[in-house]
Amino acid sequence: MTNQQIQQKLTGKFGEQLTSWEEPYGMLTFSSSKDLNLKVLQFLYDDPELKFQFLTDITAVHYPANLGNELAVVYHLHNLVENIRIRFKVFTDIKMPDVFSATALYSSANWMERETYDFYGVNFVGHPNLKRILNVDDMDYFPMRKEYPLEDQSRIDKDDEMFGRGNPPNLAHN
Amino acid sequence: MPRPVQYNVNVKAMENPIGLVEAPEGAAGQGFFATKLSDVVGLARKNSIWPLPFATSCCGIEFMALMGAHYDLARFGSERVSFSPRQCDLLMVMGTIAKKMAPVVKQVYLQMAEPRWVLAMGACACSGGIFDSYPVLQGIDQIIPVDVYVPGCPPRPEAVLDGFMKVQELVGKEDLRRRNTEQYKNLLESYGIQ
Repeated sequence: MTNQQIQQKLTGKFGEQLTSWEEPYGMLTFSSSKDLNLKVLQFLYDDPELKFQFLTDITAVHYPANLGNELAVVYHLHNLVENIRIRFKVFTDIKMPDVFSATALYSSANWMERETYDFYGVNFVGHPNLKRILNVDDMDYFPMRKEYPLEDQSRIDKDDEMFGRGNPPNLAHN
Repeated sequence: MPRPVQYNVNVKAMENPIGLVEAPEGAAGQGFFATKLSDVVGLARKNSIWPLPFATSCCGIEFMALMGAHYDLARFGSERVSFSPRQCDLLMVMGTIAKKMAPVVKQVYLQMAEPRWVLAMGACACSGGIFDSYPVLQGIDQIIPVDVYVPGCPPRPEAVLDGFMKVQELVGKEDLRRRNTEQYKNLLESYGIQ
Protein backbone atom coordinates (compact mmCIF):
# COMPACT_ATOMS: atom_id res chain seq x y z
CA MET A 1 0.00 0.00 0.00
CA THR A 2 1.48 3.32 -1.06
CA ASN A 3 0.78 6.86 0.05
CA GLN A 4 -1.05 7.46 -3.24
CA GLN A 5 -3.44 4.58 -2.57
CA ILE A 6 -4.16 5.86 0.93
CA GLN A 7 -4.78 9.34 -0.43
CA GLN A 8 -7.11 7.97 -3.12
CA LYS A 9 -9.12 6.00 -0.60
CA LEU A 10 -9.48 9.00 1.67
CA THR A 11 -10.42 11.45 -1.09
CA GLY A 12 -12.85 8.85 -2.43
CA LYS A 13 -14.63 8.94 0.92
CA PHE A 14 -14.22 12.56 2.03
CA GLY A 15 -13.48 14.42 -1.23
CA GLU A 16 -12.42 18.03 -0.88
CA GLN A 17 -12.90 18.03 2.88
CA LEU A 18 -9.36 16.78 3.35
CA THR A 19 -6.73 19.36 2.54
CA SER A 20 -3.03 20.22 2.79
CA TRP A 21 -1.75 16.92 1.41
CA GLU A 22 2.01 16.64 1.72
CA GLU A 23 4.70 14.02 2.22
CA PRO A 24 7.53 15.41 4.35
CA TYR A 25 10.26 12.73 4.48
CA GLY A 26 7.85 10.29 2.89
CA MET A 27 5.20 10.49 5.62
CA LEU A 28 1.72 11.20 4.31
CA THR A 29 0.25 14.23 6.06
CA PHE A 30 -3.12 15.90 5.68
CA SER A 31 -5.65 18.07 7.52
CA SER A 32 -9.37 18.37 7.88
CA SER A 33 -11.79 20.62 9.70
CA LYS A 34 -11.96 19.85 13.38
CA ASP A 35 -15.61 18.69 13.23
CA LEU A 36 -14.58 15.88 10.94
CA ASN A 37 -11.74 14.43 13.01
CA LEU A 38 -13.66 11.48 14.50
CA LYS A 39 -15.21 10.53 11.16
CA VAL A 40 -11.80 10.46 9.49
CA LEU A 41 -10.22 8.51 12.35
CA GLN A 42 -13.09 6.03 12.39
CA PHE A 43 -12.76 5.48 8.65
CA LEU A 44 -9.00 4.98 8.93
CA TYR A 45 -9.60 2.50 11.73
CA ASP A 46 -12.47 0.50 10.21
CA ASP A 47 -11.47 0.30 6.56
CA PRO A 48 -10.32 -3.29 5.87
CA GLU A 49 -7.35 -2.13 3.81
CA LEU A 50 -6.24 0.98 5.69
CA LYS A 51 -6.40 -0.52 9.21
CA PHE A 52 -4.75 2.37 11.00
CA GLN A 53 -5.56 0.83 14.36
CA PHE A 54 -2.64 2.05 16.43
CA LEU A 55 -2.53 5.61 17.71
CA THR A 56 1.16 6.43 18.16
CA ASP A 57 0.79 9.95 19.46
CA ILE A 58 -1.44 12.94 19.91
CA THR A 59 0.15 16.31 20.33
CA ALA A 60 -0.52 19.91 19.51
CA VAL A 61 1.32 22.83 17.97
CA HIS A 62 0.73 26.49 18.61
CA TYR A 63 1.00 28.82 15.60
CA PRO A 64 0.38 32.29 17.04
CA ALA A 65 0.47 33.90 13.58
CA ASN A 66 -2.18 31.60 12.15
CA LEU A 67 -5.14 33.73 13.28
CA GLY A 68 -8.36 31.81 13.81
CA ASN A 69 -6.54 28.48 13.56
CA GLU A 70 -3.85 28.92 16.17
CA LEU A 71 -3.82 25.40 17.60
CA ALA A 72 -3.10 22.31 15.53
CA VAL A 73 -3.94 18.92 17.03
CA VAL A 74 -1.79 16.25 15.42
CA TYR A 75 -2.63 12.54 15.32
CA HIS A 76 0.09 10.06 14.43
CA LEU A 77 -1.40 6.79 13.20
CA HIS A 78 0.27 3.49 12.47
CA ASN A 79 -0.85 0.52 10.40
CA LEU A 80 0.93 -2.27 12.23
CA VAL A 81 0.23 -4.88 9.58
CA GLU A 82 1.80 -3.01 6.68
CA ASN A 83 4.04 -0.84 8.87
CA ILE A 84 2.85 2.47 7.45
CA ARG A 85 2.56 5.69 9.36
CA ILE A 86 0.46 8.76 8.57
CA ARG A 87 -0.07 12.10 10.21
CA PHE A 88 -3.44 13.83 10.50
CA LYS A 89 -3.97 17.39 11.69
CA VAL A 90 -6.96 19.44 12.69
CA PHE A 91 -6.78 23.15 13.41
CA THR A 92 -8.82 25.04 15.97
CA ASP A 93 -9.33 28.58 17.21
CA ILE A 94 -7.41 29.19 20.43
CA LYS A 95 -10.36 31.13 21.85
CA MET A 96 -12.60 28.05 21.59
CA PRO A 97 -10.24 25.06 21.49
CA ASP A 98 -12.91 22.34 21.48
CA VAL A 99 -11.99 19.16 19.62
CA PHE A 100 -13.86 15.86 19.80
CA SER A 101 -12.13 13.26 21.93
CA ALA A 102 -10.83 10.08 20.28
CA THR A 103 -10.97 8.08 23.51
CA ALA A 104 -13.97 6.01 22.37
CA LEU A 105 -11.99 4.84 19.35
CA TYR A 106 -8.47 4.56 20.80
CA SER A 107 -8.13 3.88 24.54
CA SER A 108 -4.56 5.13 24.36
CA ALA A 109 -5.91 8.58 23.51
CA ASN A 110 -6.91 9.02 27.15
CA TRP A 111 -3.52 10.00 28.58
CA MET A 112 -2.32 11.62 25.35
CA GLU A 113 -5.30 13.95 25.27
CA ARG A 114 -4.80 14.77 28.92
CA GLU A 115 -1.20 15.65 28.16
CA THR A 116 -2.22 17.78 25.18
CA TYR A 117 -4.79 19.52 27.36
CA ASP A 118 -2.19 20.00 30.06
CA PHE A 119 0.33 21.75 27.83
CA TYR A 120 -1.82 23.42 25.17
CA GLY A 121 -5.28 23.72 26.70
CA VAL A 122 -7.06 21.83 23.94
CA ASN A 123 -10.52 20.99 25.31
CA PHE A 124 -11.28 17.43 24.21
CA VAL A 125 -15.06 17.18 24.18
CA GLY A 126 -16.21 13.79 25.46
CA HIS A 127 -13.02 12.88 27.31
CA PRO A 128 -13.92 10.97 30.52
CA ASN A 129 -11.34 12.63 32.79
CA LEU A 130 -9.84 15.73 31.24
CA LYS A 131 -7.49 17.09 33.89
CA ARG A 132 -3.80 17.85 34.14
CA ILE A 133 -1.51 14.82 33.97
CA LEU A 134 2.09 16.06 34.18
CA ASN A 135 2.09 19.57 35.60
CA VAL A 136 1.08 20.66 39.09
CA ASP A 137 -2.68 20.71 39.53
CA ASP A 138 -2.86 24.35 40.55
CA MET A 139 -1.13 25.62 37.42
CA ASP A 140 -3.41 28.18 35.83
CA TYR A 141 -1.89 28.41 32.36
CA PHE A 142 -0.86 26.15 29.48
CA PRO A 143 2.90 26.30 29.42
CA MET A 144 3.69 25.14 25.87
CA ARG A 145 1.65 27.88 24.26
CA LYS A 146 3.89 30.52 22.78
CA GLU A 147 2.41 33.17 25.02
CA TYR A 148 4.88 32.98 27.87
CA PRO A 149 8.55 33.77 28.39
CA LEU A 150 10.65 30.62 28.69
CA GLU A 151 12.10 31.52 32.08
CA ASP A 152 10.32 31.29 35.39
CA GLN A 153 9.08 34.82 36.02
CA SER A 154 8.68 34.20 39.75
CA ARG A 155 12.45 34.28 40.15
CA ILE A 156 13.77 37.50 41.65
CA ASP A 157 17.32 36.47 42.52
CA LYS A 158 18.66 35.84 39.02
CA ASP A 159 20.61 38.68 37.49
CA ASP A 160 19.42 39.09 33.92
CA GLU A 161 22.74 40.56 32.85
CA MET A 162 24.44 37.32 33.76
CA PHE A 163 22.01 35.41 31.55
CA GLY A 164 22.53 37.60 28.47
CA ARG A 165 19.09 39.15 28.67
CA GLY A 166 20.06 42.80 28.61
CA ASN A 167 19.67 45.21 31.42
CA PRO A 168 16.05 45.73 32.51
CA PRO A 169 15.69 48.68 34.89
CA ASN A 170 13.58 46.84 37.48
CA LEU A 171 16.41 44.41 38.29
CA ALA A 172 19.08 47.06 38.79
CA HIS A 173 19.31 46.24 42.52
CA ASN A 174 21.28 43.11 41.74
CA MET B 1 50.49 -7.98 58.37
CA PRO B 2 50.11 -7.56 54.61
CA ARG B 3 51.00 -10.36 52.32
CA PRO B 4 54.79 -10.25 51.85
CA VAL B 5 54.93 -9.63 48.13
CA GLN B 6 57.74 -7.81 46.47
CA TYR B 7 56.28 -4.31 46.55
CA ASN B 8 54.39 -4.46 49.80
CA VAL B 9 56.80 -5.50 52.51
CA ASN B 10 57.29 -2.43 54.70
CA VAL B 11 55.01 -2.29 57.69
CA LYS B 12 53.83 1.25 58.29
CA ALA B 13 52.55 2.44 61.61
CA MET B 14 49.25 4.33 61.48
CA GLU B 15 49.52 7.88 62.73
CA ASN B 16 46.38 7.54 64.80
CA PRO B 17 45.54 3.87 65.20
CA ILE B 18 42.03 4.61 66.42
CA GLY B 19 40.33 7.82 65.42
CA LEU B 20 38.91 9.53 68.49
CA VAL B 21 37.17 12.85 68.61
CA GLU B 22 38.60 15.58 70.79
CA ALA B 23 36.99 15.91 74.19
CA PRO B 24 35.17 19.20 74.69
CA GLU B 25 36.54 21.89 76.96
CA GLY B 26 35.93 21.24 80.62
CA ALA B 27 37.37 20.70 84.04
CA ALA B 28 39.09 17.35 84.47
CA GLY B 29 40.34 15.82 87.66
CA GLN B 30 40.93 12.44 89.17
CA GLY B 31 37.90 10.35 88.34
CA PHE B 32 35.70 13.13 87.01
CA PHE B 33 35.25 15.36 84.02
CA ALA B 34 32.86 18.28 84.02
CA THR B 35 31.67 20.10 80.93
CA LYS B 36 28.58 21.62 79.39
CA LEU B 37 25.74 19.28 78.50
CA SER B 38 25.29 21.01 75.14
CA ASP B 39 28.91 20.25 74.23
CA VAL B 40 28.52 16.56 74.96
CA VAL B 41 25.21 16.32 73.13
CA GLY B 42 26.66 18.26 70.21
CA LEU B 43 29.67 15.94 70.12
CA ALA B 44 27.47 12.87 70.05
CA ARG B 45 25.10 14.28 67.46
CA LYS B 46 27.67 15.60 65.05
CA ASN B 47 29.56 12.32 64.87
CA SER B 48 26.55 10.18 64.18
CA ILE B 49 24.49 12.11 61.67
CA TRP B 50 22.17 9.76 59.82
CA PRO B 51 21.61 11.08 56.33
CA LEU B 52 18.46 10.63 54.27
CA PRO B 53 19.47 10.79 50.62
CA PHE B 54 16.75 12.38 48.52
CA ALA B 55 18.45 11.83 45.18
CA THR B 56 16.54 12.69 42.01
CA SER B 57 19.23 13.03 39.36
CA CYS B 58 22.93 13.29 38.52
CA CYS B 59 23.92 14.65 41.94
CA GLY B 60 22.64 11.34 43.29
CA ILE B 61 25.28 9.54 41.23
CA GLU B 62 27.91 11.76 42.78
CA PHE B 63 26.49 10.90 46.17
CA MET B 64 26.98 7.20 45.42
CA ALA B 65 30.68 7.94 44.90
CA LEU B 66 30.63 9.81 48.18
CA MET B 67 29.21 6.80 49.99
CA GLY B 68 31.67 4.46 48.31
CA ALA B 69 35.04 3.34 49.65
CA HIS B 70 37.05 6.06 47.96
CA TYR B 71 35.44 9.13 49.54
CA ASP B 72 33.75 7.21 52.34
CA LEU B 73 31.21 9.30 54.19
CA ALA B 74 31.31 6.59 56.86
CA ARG B 75 34.43 8.23 58.26
CA PHE B 76 32.16 10.92 59.65
CA GLY B 77 29.87 8.54 61.46
CA SER B 78 27.32 8.63 58.67
CA GLU B 79 27.57 5.20 57.16
CA ARG B 80 24.04 4.52 58.28
CA VAL B 81 22.09 5.98 55.38
CA SER B 82 18.46 5.60 56.26
CA PHE B 83 15.50 5.59 53.95
CA SER B 84 13.02 6.21 56.72
CA PRO B 85 12.70 9.92 57.43
CA ARG B 86 11.72 9.22 61.03
CA GLN B 87 15.19 7.90 61.85
CA CYS B 88 17.17 10.60 60.09
CA ASP B 89 18.91 13.77 61.18
CA LEU B 90 20.04 15.20 57.86
CA LEU B 91 17.97 15.50 54.70
CA MET B 92 20.31 15.59 51.71
CA VAL B 93 18.40 16.86 48.69
CA MET B 94 20.39 16.06 45.58
CA GLY B 95 19.10 16.92 42.17
CA THR B 96 16.40 18.82 40.35
CA ILE B 97 13.16 19.10 42.27
CA ALA B 98 10.17 19.56 39.98
CA LYS B 99 7.29 21.62 41.29
CA LYS B 100 5.21 18.48 41.39
CA MET B 101 7.86 16.88 43.60
CA ALA B 102 7.86 19.79 46.06
CA PRO B 103 5.05 18.47 48.31
CA VAL B 104 6.91 15.15 48.55
CA VAL B 105 10.13 16.82 49.71
CA LYS B 106 8.16 18.84 52.20
CA GLN B 107 6.37 15.77 53.52
CA VAL B 108 9.66 13.92 53.96
CA TYR B 109 10.99 16.92 55.87
CA LEU B 110 7.89 17.02 58.05
CA GLN B 111 8.23 13.33 58.85
CA MET B 112 11.73 13.82 60.22
CA ALA B 113 12.00 14.28 63.96
CA GLU B 114 13.62 17.37 65.48
CA PRO B 115 16.44 18.19 65.53
CA ARG B 116 16.78 17.97 61.76
CA TRP B 117 19.08 19.58 59.25
CA VAL B 118 18.94 20.02 55.49
CA LEU B 119 21.75 20.02 52.97
CA ALA B 120 21.02 21.16 49.40
CA MET B 121 23.46 19.57 46.99
CA GLY B 122 24.04 20.94 43.51
CA ALA B 123 22.86 23.94 41.56
CA CYS B 124 19.35 22.55 41.01
CA ALA B 125 18.54 21.92 44.65
CA CYS B 126 20.10 25.26 45.63
CA SER B 127 18.53 27.49 43.00
CA GLY B 128 16.87 25.55 40.19
CA GLY B 129 20.17 25.62 38.32
CA ILE B 130 19.94 25.73 34.54
CA PHE B 131 16.26 24.80 34.68
CA ASP B 132 14.91 28.33 34.81
CA SER B 133 11.55 27.07 33.63
CA TYR B 134 7.90 26.51 34.53
CA PRO B 135 8.06 22.94 35.92
CA VAL B 136 11.12 23.26 38.17
CA LEU B 137 11.21 24.45 41.74
CA GLN B 138 13.68 27.33 41.91
CA GLY B 139 15.59 26.00 44.90
CA ILE B 140 14.32 23.83 47.73
CA ASP B 141 14.48 26.78 50.11
CA GLN B 142 11.17 27.77 48.52
CA ILE B 143 9.52 25.02 50.58
CA ILE B 144 11.83 23.98 53.44
CA PRO B 145 14.59 25.75 55.39
CA VAL B 146 18.11 24.80 54.26
CA ASP B 147 21.19 24.76 56.50
CA VAL B 148 24.01 24.19 54.02
CA TYR B 149 24.16 24.77 50.27
CA VAL B 150 26.73 22.90 48.18
CA PRO B 151 27.06 24.56 44.76
CA GLY B 152 28.25 22.80 41.63
CA CYS B 153 26.77 20.97 38.68
CA PRO B 154 27.28 18.40 40.04
CA PRO B 155 29.63 19.18 42.93
CA ARG B 156 32.59 16.85 43.39
CA PRO B 157 32.41 14.47 46.34
CA GLU B 158 35.06 16.60 48.10
CA ALA B 159 32.71 19.57 47.91
CA VAL B 160 29.92 17.53 49.46
CA LEU B 161 32.28 16.35 52.18
CA ASP B 162 33.10 19.99 52.84
CA GLY B 163 29.40 20.77 53.02
CA PHE B 164 28.87 17.81 55.31
CA MET B 165 31.61 19.05 57.62
CA LYS B 166 29.85 22.42 57.66
CA VAL B 167 26.71 20.60 58.78
CA GLN B 168 28.75 18.85 61.49
CA GLU B 169 30.00 22.23 62.65
CA LEU B 170 26.44 23.53 62.88
CA VAL B 171 25.25 20.40 64.66
CA GLY B 172 28.12 20.42 67.14
CA LYS B 173 27.68 24.06 68.08
CA GLU B 174 23.91 24.15 68.18
CA ASP B 175 22.38 25.45 71.35
CA LEU B 176 20.09 22.92 72.99
CA ARG B 177 17.32 25.50 73.22
CA ARG B 178 17.58 26.69 69.64
CA ARG B 179 14.61 24.62 68.46
CA ASN B 180 12.45 26.24 71.12
CA THR B 181 13.36 29.81 70.31
CA GLU B 182 10.96 32.36 68.89
CA GLN B 183 13.31 32.87 65.95
CA TYR B 184 13.23 29.20 64.97
CA LYS B 185 9.46 29.07 65.30
CA ASN B 186 9.17 32.13 63.09
CA LEU B 187 11.44 30.48 60.53
CA LEU B 188 9.22 27.40 60.37
CA GLU B 189 6.14 29.60 60.38
CA SER B 190 7.46 31.39 57.29
CA TYR B 191 7.43 28.00 55.53
CA GLY B 192 3.97 27.18 56.82
CA ILE B 193 5.30 24.44 59.12
CA GLN B 194 3.99 24.18 62.67
